[in-house]
Amino acid sequence: MNNIVTLIVGLIFGFGLALSGMTHPEKVLGFLDVAGAWNPGLLFVLGGAVGVTLIAFRVIRKLGKPVFSATFHLTDAKHIDAPLIIGSALFGIGWGISGYCPGPAIALFAAPNWELWVFVPAMLTGYALQYYLSRSPQQVTSDPEDISVCG
Amino acid sequence: MMSVTQFAYSLAGGILIGTAASLFLWLNGRIAGISSVIGNLLFARDRLGPALFILGIILGAAIFYLLGGAAPVPRTGFPAWLLGLAGLAVGVGTGVAHGCTSGHGVCGLGQLSLRSLVATLTFLVVGILTTYVVRHIFGVL
Repeated sequence: MNNIVTLIVGLIFGFGLALSGMTHPEKVLGFLDVAGAWNPGLLFVLGGAVGVTLIAFRVIRKLGKPVFSATFHLTDAKHIDAPLIIGSALFGIGWGISGYCPGPAIALFAAPNWELWVFVPAMLTGYALQYYLSRSPQQVTSDPEDISVCG
Repeated sequence: MMSVTQFAYSLAGGILIGTAASLFLWLNGRIAGISSVIGNLLFARDRLGPALFILGIILGAAIFYLLGGAAPVPRTGFPAWLLGLAGLAVGVGTGVAHGCTSGHGVCGLGQLSLRSLVATLTFLVVGILTTYVVRHIFGVL
């Protein structure tokens, strides 16, 4: 049940990405290119998405526990540190060059072209580099799921 | 300029993304951050969940294209090495920052997280500057 639901939620996510135009790098770059023919589309995507999460997350957290898990795996971390800024800046460089963030890059498998075969292997190499370089010998035994916590 | 239809598609797509992220939190108790899901697919012990979520994303986009939605068109003159460099930066960057447009943008802002607000503003501003340099200084389109 849990697995079917995960697939369906992914499906809604992917359909939403494609419908919103986020899977089209020229639309993303059209938004980032404020000096060109500016395309405000992404504001509506982000506005629509955050409009829903702002309300829904509040309600969901009040429920106390999620349906298929004992607790919510959320962090209330508030610290602003160098990895957050440097990592986000590096992401901004890659996003600003290519017009792809991770979700739309993965969605390229639904309509493969040469950009998929260049971008996605490079992105996965980036994750692998970051993962192995960030692990000191003492950390290797810790739960790999810890890396999933963001926000 | 954007037509009203494009505006409606963007908003409706955004609402679906927010709905999926909310369902993910309600059901699994986790943030639907794509960079984290990819990280888990590569390195976590339980890979089935992340694999199904990513398969869902691909199928969801495929359904939209099958229904007649426009599929992305590859660029012709864009240098492959530059695209590869961008992919590397996106992988390392979202890994180091623990989140991307979905984790920090959609979910983090929904949680009113200051960390996510700082992350989102950082990648937006750096993205805008980078696009300017690439397009208007180096003339790559």
